[in-house]
Amino acid sequence: MILGIETSCDETAAAVVTEDGRILSSVVSSQAALHARFGGVVPEVASRRHLELVSPVVRAALDDAGQSLDAVERVAVTQGPGLVGALLVGISAAKGLAWARRLPLVPVDHLEGHVASLYLEPGALEPPFTCLLASGGHTILLAVREKGRSERLGTTLDDAAGEAFDKGARLLGLGYPGGAAIDRIAREGDPAAFDFPVARVPGLDLSFSGLKTALLYAVRDLEPVELEARRADLAASYQRAIVRALVGRLRAAAEATGLERIAVVGGVAANSELRAALPDAAFAPLQLCTDNAAMIASCARFVEALPYPRYLGLDAYASLS
Amino acid sequence: MRTELASVSASETERIAAVLAGRLMVGDVVGVSGELGAGKTTFVRGACRALGVTSPVTSPTFTIGHRYSGDVDVSHLDFYRFAGVSAAEWGDLEPYFEDAIVFVEWPEVGASVLPPARLTVALEHAGGDRRRIALASAETALVQGVS
Repeated sequence: MILGIETSCDETAAAVVTEDGRILSSVVSSQAALHARFGGVVPEVASRRHLELVSPVVRAALDDAGQSLDAVERVAVTQGPGLVGALLVGISAAKGLAWARRLPLVPVDHLEGHVASLYLEPGALEPPFTCLLASGGHTILLAVREKGRSERLGTTLDDAAGEAFDKGARLLGLGYPGGAAIDRIAREGDPAAFDFPVARVPGLDLSFSGLKTALLYAVRDLEPVELEARRADLAASYQRAIVRALVGRLRAAAEATGLERIAVVGGVAANSELRAALPDAAFAPLQLCTDNAAMIASCARFVEALPYPRYLGLDAYASLS
Repeated sequence: MRTELASVSASETERIAAVLAGRLMVGDVVGVSGELGAGKTTFVRGACRALGVTSPVTSPTFTIGHRYSGDVDVSHLDFYRFAGVSAAEWGDLEPYFEDAIVFVEWPEVGASVLPPARLTVALEHAGGDRRRIALASAETALVQGVS
């Protein structure tokens, strides 16, 4: 059984997953409740916070799974991309645990981890497929021909889709998390009320910064009373534009690769309109859309492990390779 | 020294950034401010391209920091999600300032801990795709003659 650890961004997470892809536990010390109080601002992104949380979170994951460290056969950890200081907390914890038990360690790419959320039971997906990864930090199209490795087909050239949702919510004066807030209020609005642009960029890339600016201008053009009355329409139209862009690119990518099966992972995969617009797609389970460690442990099943003690020099990487 | 330019498009903003990038050195900090959609990431992308970075230059709002390698290393930070920058957070960010030219979006938030900026860039909406770009630096030569 595999112990997974994830500390690449805001969340400190640990999970226990079996070799055949069953989740025995998945603990995420979500800061979302804190974020809401700060209007979407992170109370502290410092690695110090991960450091305080990583041991209790790992212990909680083992307890929830009803397992002790004796049962763990491999330790998996996110190696990147992410904030280096944050990544190093997870990597150091993983090295310590693996080294003390003479276990192999599996360094996992965070983005491949998101894809591997599809390989967990029940209902595990088998490659090949074309995958959209859309979150706050990334929006990437991938050709997945084998587990643990995907080929990048396109990416956002500016803002990520989740960031577009978050900043749109801020412009509309909605709450945090922005994606959920827009999703909720959009149900009461008319998605055809405003004609927001879908950016034209070459190939399979995407762009959302122009859309964000279009929303800013639309909000500015309205008197406060009018804005209040049309907020749901704005949210619905804005969401429609984001979803259209994502659906259009995912379909185009599937056609280009010939990998007809499609899948969506990452935080934006929780969006209800996107789910409705892609009835034929496989979606990451809701609880595995945002950052978690079950997906990291899942991915570790398909990535080469570093045998004891060959991982002591393992370093984090900050950026997409 | 302060100078103000007008840009009519994102590509012109990138071009202006490219001219300025040629005047920067490793160790320089550039503050890039402006409200949502003002073109901060666009400006940084233009500078990165001129500095030989070929990978996508995307918004670091959620990821907080990117480090790109080109002819020199370029760091790209974003404090949008920060309320302020604590000493512990500065400890995490400091490596991004080592051996790199650093662009910081929403620099006001980190004013208490950031090293002094050699150049500050303030972008402002001027309707449609047009933007006003205000450049400020203690060194006249850095901001003079950009058009």
